[in-house]
Amino acid sequence: MKTPNRKRDLTLTFVAVGLFLVFLWWANGHLDNYKIQVLNLIAINSILALSLNLIYGFTGMFSLGHAGFMAIGAYVSSLLILPPIQKEMIYILQPLVWPFSVLQAPFFVAVLAGGFAAAVLGLIIAIPVLRLGGDYLGIATLGFAEIIRVVFTNLTPITNGALGLKGIPDYANIWWNYGWCFLTLFFMVRLINSNFGNVLKAIRDDEVAARAMGINTFKYRVVSFSVGAFFAGVGGALMASLITTIDPKMFSFLLTFNVLMIVVAGGLGSLTGSIIGSAVITILLEWLRFVENPIDIGTFHLEGIPGMRMVIFSLLLILIILFRREGIMGMREFNWSALLSRSSRGGEAR
Amino acid sequence: MSLDMFVQHLFNALTLGSLYGLIAIGYTMVYGILRLINFAHGDIFMLGAYFVFFGVTLTKLPWGIAVVLAVALSALCGVVIDRIAYRPLRDAPRISALISAIGVSFFIENLGLVVFTGLPKPVYRPDWLVEIISIGNIRVLPLAIIVPAIAFALVMGLLWIVYKTKPGLAMRSISKDIETTRLMGVSVDKIIALTFGLGSALAAASGIMWALRYPQIHPFMGVFPGFKAFIAAVLGGIGSIQGAMIGGMLLGLIEIMAVAFFPALSGYRDAFAFILLIVILLMKPTGLMGEKLEEKV
Repeated sequence: MKTPNRKRDLTLTFVAVGLFLVFLWWANGHLDNYKIQVLNLIAINSILALSLNLIYGFTGMFSLGHAGFMAIGAYVSSLLILPPIQKEMIYILQPLVWPFSVLQAPFFVAVLAGGFAAAVLGLIIAIPVLRLGGDYLGIATLGFAEIIRVVFTNLTPITNGALGLKGIPDYANIWWNYGWCFLTLFFMVRLINSNFGNVLKAIRDDEVAARAMGINTFKYRVVSFSVGAFFAGVGGALMASLITTIDPKMFSFLLTFNVLMIVVAGGLGSLTGSIIGSAVITILLEWLRFVENPIDIGTFHLEGIPGMRMVIFSLLLILIILFRREGIMGMREFNWSALLSRSSRGGEAR
Repeated sequence: MSLDMFVQHLFNALTLGSLYGLIAIGYTMVYGILRLINFAHGDIFMLGAYFVFFGVTLTKLPWGIAVVLAVALSALCGVVIDRIAYRPLRDAPRISALISAIGVSFFIENLGLVVFTGLPKPVYRPDWLVEIISIGNIRVLPLAIIVPAIAFALVMGLLWIVYKTKPGLAMRSISKDIETTRLMGVSVDKIIALTFGLGSALAAASGIMWALRYPQIHPFMGVFPGFKAFIAAVLGGIGSIQGAMIGGMLLGLIEIMAVAFFPALSGYRDAFAFILLIVILLMKPTGLMGEKLEEKV
């Protein structure tokens, strides 16, 4: 949609991005490690949410396989950035097999490789699984994610089995994470607003009608699924470098559930919704840690309850679905006109 | 492999299969009526086992009474879940209810973690269930005979309800066309509640027997049996009760026998069901006993 104030909006966007970069630069120097970690998580969760939103929110394919793609991205990228000495140290059960034991790559290339590996796997999975629709697709993709997890647990010569990888170099600082986050957002905006994006939305709204219009819906769905898988892999790769330790258990259904929660809370079919959703949910999840710590109110002492965080979190998902199914943004996108006309009430009516 | 060993594995497979089958029935009935994968079903299975545990340890009830109460309580849980989390979403897009179901599942599991703690709990087993009987060289637990027998009896009872009673007729009618059934004066919500109750009771029965067979319970014990039972339901043909039981048996047989014949594959055991699911969905999406679903335009 063309707004009459395109130039103004573009300027405002640039100013906002500039301000945000200044904020990041300030945060990187002044905030404590924990807060920086939360900022990093927001960026990575945004990438993951955007990729799931492309698959589910824009193409209408209910996929529960995100954890699997993340696992692929995380392992491929980690194997490429782990120094050979560290590799020798952590593979105590069985030594790492040949090509992986010597392969090395710079961080950017490694993350890219993680994304591509996930995309290739997404392509391989998509061709059989995308014949299915609706909740069957959800279960099948969930199945694939579980298969990947089981395979990774057993493929000790490559993945180090249940022990996982330790001491992954922590290259994923705030600049890498937000760089990838902006790249993802930019790519998604261009994709969604292109003709390709229109086709995806047509498939989501009515696949039979889209097919009747002569669209090869299967091809479009496969491409959308693979692109989503690519960014899920990128997110996984960054996550691995951020927390420096990965093991197959980490990539369980819970991880997919978190991303799904972000996408639903932000609004299915809204890119800016995914970004807002990941900021809100990530901060909320961290903030909720207080229920697991002991609290003192005056002389009254409350014992912390371990696990309570996820109880509240899942309750929240149910409440969102029951009472505000469209999430924070619905299918709308953030735009300056709406914001400005809301803040200066009584301004010129357009 | 000797014949004796084979027969023992067969008994194990039969037990596991009937436990999967009992859970699968709940999935298949709910899916047949609402087209909803009730993710929380595996957690009802877990609750059933815990209710018996608390009935026996906390309130010192006799084991038999604790079991009956636990099944009733679990059925009630199923009905309450439907009332709170699914019924308001009847007219919403189907995926909304599915997300709600995932939310309920995580809620129950984590609440379980808070209330029951994550520590696995040992389960009380009446002696007469676990004294090994030997028939020739074949040694089996009485459980391996009793579990399939109880499962068989429960399925027969369920089939009687579904095919010979009025509420059963209403159930079958809803699965064909919910709106028309409502117009015929059937109280659809009550029948759906009944469906959830019956399905949950069977899941709880399965959970209780599972806890006898593998005597340790923890809040996440329902996750994998739940997934696998859903796969069994798809394998048998979703919507078909007999199909769910057959699917469960087949899955139990495949899991036990594959590991028995190829011990090297034991690490991959949890992946079998998912591989099977993908193969089934591609080869025959309607399952073994399922009716063909047509895409309505």
